[in-house]
Amino acid sequence: MKAEGRVFKYGDNVDTDVIIPARYLNSSDPAELATHCMEDIDKDFVKNVKKGDIIVANKNFGCGSSREHAPIAIKAAGVSCVIAETFARIFYRNSINIGLPIIECPEAAKAINAGDDVEVDFDSGVITDKTTGQSFKGQAFPEFMQKIIKAEGLINYINNK
Amino acid sequence: MGMTMTQKILAAHAGLDKVEAGQLIEADLDLVLGNDITSPVAIHEMDKMTVKTVFDKDKIALVPDHFVPNKDIKSAEHCKCVRQFAMKHDITNYFEVGQMGIEHALLPEKGLTVAGDVIIGADSHTCTYGALGAFSTGVGSTDMAAGMATGKAWFKVPSAIKFNLTGKPSKWVSGKDVILHIIGMIGVDGALYKSMEFTGDGIANLTMDDRFTIANMAIEAGGKNGIFPVDDLTREYMKEHSKRPFVEYSADDDAEYEQVYDINLAEIKPTVAFPHLPENTHTVDSIDDIKIDQVVIGSCTNGRIDDLRCAAKILEGRKVAKGLRVIVIPATQKIYLQAIEEGLVQTFINAGAVVSTPTCGPCLGGYMGILAEGERCVSTTNRNFVGRMGHVDSEIYLASPAVAAASAVTGKISQPSELGL
Repeated sequence: MKAEGRVFKYGDNVDTDVIIPARYLNSSDPAELATHCMEDIDKDFVKNVKKGDIIVANKNFGCGSSREHAPIAIKAAGVSCVIAETFARIFYRNSINIGLPIIECPEAAKAINAGDDVEVDFDSGVITDKTTGQSFKGQAFPEFMQKIIKAEGLINYINNK
Repeated sequence: MGMTMTQKILAAHAGLDKVEAGQLIEADLDLVLGNDITSPVAIHEMDKMTVKTVFDKDKIALVPDHFVPNKDIKSAEHCKCVRQFAMKHDITNYFEVGQMGIEHALLPEKGLTVAGDVIIGADSHTCTYGALGAFSTGVGSTDMAAGMATGKAWFKVPSAIKFNLTGKPSKWVSGKDVILHIIGMIGVDGALYKSMEFTGDGIANLTMDDRFTIANMAIEAGGKNGIFPVDDLTREYMKEHSKRPFVEYSADDDAEYEQVYDINLAEIKPTVAFPHLPENTHTVDSIDDIKIDQVVIGSCTNGRIDDLRCAAKILEGRKVAKGLRVIVIPATQKIYLQAIEEGLVQTFINAGAVVSTPTCGPCLGGYMGILAEGERCVSTTNRNFVGRMGHVDSEIYLASPAVAAASAVTGKISQPSELGL
């Protein structure tokens, strides 16, 4: 499995309130949530994001509220992968559980620039910045999590058990 | 190598004699919690499951509290979805408007959380119950759905940071100042993926409400959970509120900690976290005049009876500064009633504050106190992220009830000593 797209780059501690502000949490419809994705940190994100695009951020991405609406909004906006130096733990679980690919890779998070064309190979964990030609090795998932990801989420994984 | 308190609880719930940091386990759950924002997503996920029933109707708690009483039609639809699910599955611990309170104040009060439990909740502040010596942690809606269906959840066993607390907090210093001090020290990702284990003889000088506040904000340091040892005060609280048996765990003497911090509670001063991260802490005595537009006293962090008593002590016989809005939100119906009986509500209203029915409301920018562009709020809540309480160009300063109440009187960020208290 591979993802390729253009990069939207953010800094440290991107919280779930800016990913999807609580004023929109009276809806749980993914398509509606996607129309407000990243609104309080980047009001042009929704206008500019295209299917397959990639979010790259520094440390503690997805901190704060446990709202699963955050990874749901990112996935529904068309984002194919989030790369960060580190993720907040609830966001990390939620992303795996709903089948949004995420990868921790401090080197990639530092080196990749906004607008770069990046390819991620989920099987090998290799992240390639096609714009700069650099490549990085992301942290591979433990086998247990790979099973959840392969089943496209926790619910399918449990159903298949 | 021994186990931490958290590791012992997780091992027992995974049916293992021993676990170590990094190990992936599946643990039995004592309680699965959801609210009006996270439960509808979980209920939708459960619809996709082949298991159609809940694992135990007594071990699920559904607490509509965020946008409740319903703030708009869409919120009403969410609550309707939760209510119908609760009725369909005969969920014992569904709390309708009238009985409901802010979930993390309500569940311990109802005796649903006790020492030794493993609890997950689709709300990040589920870590609150660590104050009672339970392992409790926030998860998302899909984990909640899986938990409701199977009674189990997967965890990566966390490593731990130990906070050795000594001494006695000064007058007007409370659990909020302690946890803000800690977050300021280690940062918003200082405990990422880890347990925050509190120990030391200083804990005896912290009330249960102080401990709830401290454990509640473990997530604001990125922690998986925050946990306190069980002492006489904990036992007394649990016996008063719960009929459930509890199990006391304590860390092994040779448990491994990634870091150990020694904190003398006597040295902590009234502390405030500036926008837009809880780690941006300053002691109130070190800051310049910061004029404010609103004060919020409430939330799962600081809406308990100790918090209201403290705020009332400062507001008694005083008036809210001109042009300032002060919103007081008791966290549960029981606390609300107690505040009425003790005359606290009278004090707040006489001072010029408004007192609301229990709700998370303004804490997450839902309703009941939204900020306009450029406005500033001193709030006893837990997050001061961009746009958290309203406009993206508004500002939240996190503080204790004492600092919030003193600021309500002066109209700028203040501590009680500035009022001669």
